[in-house]
Amino acid sequence: MATWDVFKELDSLRREIDEAFRGAGYNRPFSPVFLSPVATRRFPLVNFSEDEGSVYVEALVPGVDPKDTDISVLRNTLTISGERKPFAEVKGMIHRSELGSGKFSRTLELPVDIDPNNITASCKDGLMQIKLAKAEHAKPKKIDIKLS
Amino acid sequence: MAPNSLTERNDERNVQTREETRSNERYIRPAVNIVETEEGLFLTADLPGVAKGDIDVNVEKGILTITAPAKSNLTGTPVYSEFQLGNYYRQFTIPDSLDHEKAKADFVNGILTLRIPKAEIAKPRRIEVQVG
Repeated sequence: MATWDVFKELDSLRREIDEAFRGAGYNRPFSPVFLSPVATRRFPLVNFSEDEGSVYVEALVPGVDPKDTDISVLRNTLTISGERKPFAEVKGMIHRSELGSGKFSRTLELPVDIDPNNITASCKDGLMQIKLAKAEHAKPKKIDIKLS
Repeated sequence: MAPNSLTERNDERNVQTREETRSNERYIRPAVNIVETEEGLFLTADLPGVAKGDIDVNVEKGILTITAPAKSNLTGTPVYSEFQLGNYYRQFTIPDSLDHEKAKADFVNGILTLRIPKAEIAKPRRIEVQVG
């Protein structure tokens, strides 16, 4: 049964309102800074894909130093956590403030169990790539059926 | 907004939205911070997935344009998707009082940092008033 996630719904509504305001020519997002993606539960945004042996995750982490990032796996859950530090503090008149900063942690449910000893990750230009090997028992097995 | 703002409205130089016929390309509007200081304009933009050499920052007729292509390297069969990568594109109107020739750009961890100083003539000067 699908559960109703109030935070996900609010974030979706925020995006729609922002897009409507931008479409109307307003560059500043309607929603306040505390509802920026870093402050909500949807940072970083992710894409998943899979093949027979692995699950691949791509995450958007602009402004995050890879040294400040932790990746952990437990069975079929992946947790990406870290901190997007504030940008160089420049004092003056703020014309646009659309980038958030702060600590983040996101736990994602993967389609299969993962082998925790076989994970590789890289991060370049704000794009993180994670390759997670499927646990042996989660890999597809071909079963021969003997016809009598 | 203060009357001497660097992003003061100028009806003669309006940024046009990107409209092209026969183009199926999607454009992503990168999020930015823009701060005006006494020295000039300080801009930071989220450009994840872009290679440093592919970023194009251009100033022409008072319009600052940022374009940068980003491409996903995800292999396998897609299962779940929250974002798409494509061409980043955003424009801003900036005044002539900025010295574009001395602009400096930096790109670290997917964040573009752009500093455009004010032209010497546009910088605020403190004038001592002598009481005689």
